[in-house]
Amino acid sequence: MDPKLLVTIILYGPLIGAIVAGLFGRRIGNVLSMSVTTGFLMLSAVLSWIVFAKWTWGGLEPFTLTYAPFIQVGNFVSNWSFRLDGLSAVMLVVVTTVSSLVHLYSWGYMAEDDSKPRFFAYLSLFTFAMLSLISAADFMQLFFGWEGVGLASYLLIGFWHHKPTANAAAIKAFVVNRVGDFGFALGIMTVFWSLGSIQFAQIFPLVAAHANDAWLFAGQSFRLMDLACALLFVGAMGKSAQFFLHTWLPDAMEGPTPVSALIHAATMVTAGVYMVCLLSPMFEYAPVAKHIVTVVGAVTALFAATVGMMQNDIKRVIAYSTCSQLGYMFMAAGVGAYQAGMFHLFTHAFFKALLFLGAGSVITAMVHEQDMRRYGGLMKYLPITCGVMVIGTIAITGLGIPFAELGFAGFYSKDSIIHAAWEAGSAGHDPIGYFAWVTGIFVAGLTAYYSWRLAFFTFNGHARWTSEDLEHHWHNRDHDHSHDDHASDAQAETHSEPDHGAVVHEPRETPWTMRLPLLVLALGAIGSGYLFVEKFVGAEQREFWKGAIFTAANNHVLAEGATPLLVTLAPLIVSIGGLVIAAYVYLLREGLGARLAANKGPVYLFFYNKWFFDELYDATFVRAAKWLGDLFWKGGDQRIIDGLGPDGVSAVSYEIGKGAGRLQTGFLYHYAFVMLLGVAAILSYALWAWNA
Amino acid sequence: MPILSLITYAPLLGVAGILALRLFGKADDPRTVQASKWIALVTTLATLALSVLLVVQFNPHEAGFQFVEEAPWFAGLNYRMGVDGISVLFVLLTAFLMPLCIAASWKTIEKRVLEYMIAFLILETLVIGVFCALDLILFYIFFEFGLVPMFLIIGIWGGERRVYAAFKFFLYTLLGSVLMLAAILFMIGTAHTSSIPELMVYHFDPKVQTWLWLAFFASFAVKMPMWPVHTWLPDAHVEAPTAGSVILAGILLKLGGYGFMRFSLPMFPQASHQFTPLIFSLSVIAVVYTSLVAFRQVDIKKLIAYSSVAHMGFVTMGIFSGTATGEQGALFQMLSHGVISGALFLCVGVVYDRMHTREIAFYGGLVNRMPWYAAVFMLFTMGNVGLPGTSGFVGEILTMTGTYGVSTWTAIIAATGVILSAVYALTLYRRVIFGTITNSKLMGIDDLDWREVAIFAPLIAATLVLGVQPGAVFNLTQASVDHLVSAYQAAIGG
Repeated sequence: MDPKLLVTIILYGPLIGAIVAGLFGRRIGNVLSMSVTTGFLMLSAVLSWIVFAKWTWGGLEPFTLTYAPFIQVGNFVSNWSFRLDGLSAVMLVVVTTVSSLVHLYSWGYMAEDDSKPRFFAYLSLFTFAMLSLISAADFMQLFFGWEGVGLASYLLIGFWHHKPTANAAAIKAFVVNRVGDFGFALGIMTVFWSLGSIQFAQIFPLVAAHANDAWLFAGQSFRLMDLACALLFVGAMGKSAQFFLHTWLPDAMEGPTPVSALIHAATMVTAGVYMVCLLSPMFEYAPVAKHIVTVVGAVTALFAATVGMMQNDIKRVIAYSTCSQLGYMFMAAGVGAYQAGMFHLFTHAFFKALLFLGAGSVITAMVHEQDMRRYGGLMKYLPITCGVMVIGTIAITGLGIPFAELGFAGFYSKDSIIHAAWEAGSAGHDPIGYFAWVTGIFVAGLTAYYSWRLAFFTFNGHARWTSEDLEHHWHNRDHDHSHDDHASDAQAETHSEPDHGAVVHEPRETPWTMRLPLLVLALGAIGSGYLFVEKFVGAEQREFWKGAIFTAANNHVLAEGATPLLVTLAPLIVSIGGLVIAAYVYLLREGLGARLAANKGPVYLFFYNKWFFDELYDATFVRAAKWLGDLFWKGGDQRIIDGLGPDGVSAVSYEIGKGAGRLQTGFLYHYAFVMLLGVAAILSYALWAWNA
Repeated sequence: MPILSLITYAPLLGVAGILALRLFGKADDPRTVQASKWIALVTTLATLALSVLLVVQFNPHEAGFQFVEEAPWFAGLNYRMGVDGISVLFVLLTAFLMPLCIAASWKTIEKRVLEYMIAFLILETLVIGVFCALDLILFYIFFEFGLVPMFLIIGIWGGERRVYAAFKFFLYTLLGSVLMLAAILFMIGTAHTSSIPELMVYHFDPKVQTWLWLAFFASFAVKMPMWPVHTWLPDAHVEAPTAGSVILAGILLKLGGYGFMRFSLPMFPQASHQFTPLIFSLSVIAVVYTSLVAFRQVDIKKLIAYSSVAHMGFVTMGIFSGTATGEQGALFQMLSHGVISGALFLCVGVVYDRMHTREIAFYGGLVNRMPWYAAVFMLFTMGNVGLPGTSGFVGEILTMTGTYGVSTWTAIIAATGVILSAVYALTLYRRVIFGTITNSKLMGIDDLDWREVAIFAPLIAATLVLGVQPGAVFNLTQASVDHLVSAYQAAIGG
């Protein structure tokens, strides 16, 4: 079939599904709504793999399909279009694969929910927005998709809208993303005014000639491309939850777990990384902006890993892990290894979605308990879930056999990032490259620790739950668990379906709709690295990307150079170190972790409380906004403006009015009449004066 | 066919019909009351049909005025009507919102219904007249007399503090008008013509321009309203009946922006250029200041009223950017705001009609009883926040982009409004719609009925269609805006 037709079906199928389920969901019923949305997504996924196969092995060339104009004012020209190139081909399979599996998984996960059509409509709407983001040929469609996924994320985080915490998290996600979009929008305007277009195809050829132009912004002179890229990167920081703008992502775990897997792990949060890679023709001419990207990525990777080590809510651990892995991707892009960043994005989508959906199975089995302190010994009850989660953990920690070049997905992608950072430092003489390299290796150790901690804490050791706990949760599903005394960290998810009467006494494996996606993703977590390493970052990368990623002439970070043995082995060594420590604390000396936490040492508290970012932002921005709002309203508007102006005057006229007679409705007519008379008199005078 | 006069005075036919009813029937007879509503609805729908016809016949490639009507009037004055790409859409917007206002008042207005319908019909004539008038005196008459029905709508059919609000509205607007009238008289005396097209190419001395600009500014700034002369708006909105708020936000606020584009920029370009920093400052103050004030409101209507002021800040900024991008954005923002804020006030009306309170704290958890209402309110909230895909986005991004080319600082500060609008709009939505119902009075509240759905449907369609295909508007406005911008740039030597 014509690839142009294929991509059109891929893009608009999910939109149709969303509209059908959203508008007619109640009329056509749950099963039909779910079938329509899931069906369109399955179709999109199959077609995406066909397109991807044609791209990778079939010699398909890049093209841009224009459907209709969007905003067109002078040079500000944008279209509704589909841009197919190496980057969007990769994203197509990532987005539709994970999305279709998450749709399927949600049949089981949301089985008890009474708003299924709405849920599936939102999921499909998200997918449509994400697909329009990745297929944009200009900044406006990109921005449309960008904010569209933000809307879907907002709706899905707050899906259980009876929960105050979910509502707060939804608003937080939207607003923090808006802070990023503030920079993003200014970046777009900078590009538009400096290069005279918002079309990628028109902008990119102009970059080299104008990169060094001086550009006045906020009264300061900047190097044009550094300014533009730094501003655009602020948008990426918001969407991809990077340091300073990361605070919304952990809270976003208030949403149903399939949402966390799809939006807050595999796809939407990677949009920032995708954007930086897409704009590689600009970033390659923006050395300062690239350094910013590298440093922010590295700091985020480190920060999120330290926080993730201390959390007890299973979803929050994975959320911080996502944040940290996104930091890796930005590190890669920052040192110029965009291909490696995209590769990690690709592999991460599989193993992170796997970990999230696996966690979802555990949460379902434990009747919506998310606190790992109340897990333990679940391997016996959930063998399949345990198996796939271990696969995911091996994949994320990057375990593999270095000289045989054999390992699970993360082994290839993370190593290529760390290697590129080393190359940037050693061959490129870039101190920031060394910084990224050291951070990358150190964080690999932390990653191993928190990932294995999660696995051991959940599946091994003694059960820290009883069947009474499960029954208790089962009966309390209708109530808001946020008031539950032992669920202070883990805001359990609740449903409001009437009780079926079937009491759960021990954790059970989930239905096939939930298991099948796990198995498919496990295959991806195992093989996606091995199968595609040559295409993404290896010898075949030029044929694979077909010009979608631009690499400057002096950028050799992905070159196959001779590296010291220790450099090659370092990531693996620290990973094993992390594994050993986690095993010691949570397997050999079970209970040690809890005792350490109970000490509440300063480092523990600092990490456990997420470096106190929420408290800091609350004390500054939130309070300032409230204080200023009150000041302007009560002080500015009421006291100063009204007090001096109209109220003073109307007080006088009110007094006169009182003297003349009671203020009543009929009185208004007199005023209106006097007004008319006045206007007529002035006009008459004017006409008389003019004629005379 | 003098189509513009036909559109302008068509509503007066309805007035005549209602007056005839009043003469031959009893004012409080339910049949008379019902008939008056139907007359008003049919009249406004007919006006809408004529306006659509006007837009269809409008030639988008011509920059100048079309459908020009000219006739000697009285005392040596000429009656001149005509529309260009800038005004034609406002005629359509007015005609579009009026039937919705009549329908929205169908059940809620119980006293003096005949007079109410007459007030709205007269208001429609006067407002459409403002946008069609090509003679300064004629313009002034429409512009000023338009105050009267609005004043009465607030003062008679308004809420508890309606008299206070009506007077505040009146005092503010009158102040500006007097100065504008003085300026108009001076202009006619100097240029020896009251024809707007002739005045647009007349070159006033730059020193004179300054004073004339300030006089017009006094009037338009109040109408917009710009900070700091905005405080009449929240009170007027809160007290006005729902339909009154819709017209106020949807159309009357646009008179200021229209005035800036029709008079200030083409007639006083040097002065406009000179005062651009002032306008930019007031605009960004409006965006930030009123957004923060909106965030703290406890009354739903007041919150939306303050958000209107913030959105109008983008409009003034875009107009005085003097770039085509900015002007198009400002025009689009005015149209879009007319639709979205009108719809938001109707959303408030829906719950106010049921519960008779606008206090945010009274509500909460409405989604449980009113899922369709929740969906509609969400759509317009997103429009208000400027989400791409809704019409609210297009105006915001274009005004900011247009302004960025002139002053980066202004664009930067205005862009913070994009963050702040999300804060206040989503907080409002959460407090009213989400959560569980805790107020027992809300247990029996009903979702939208078919009449309300019928009112919202065209507004939803407009918000989405304009959001995805804004070209429908730009095609009409482009020639006139390009002409305006090139003349302005030539005049200021840009």
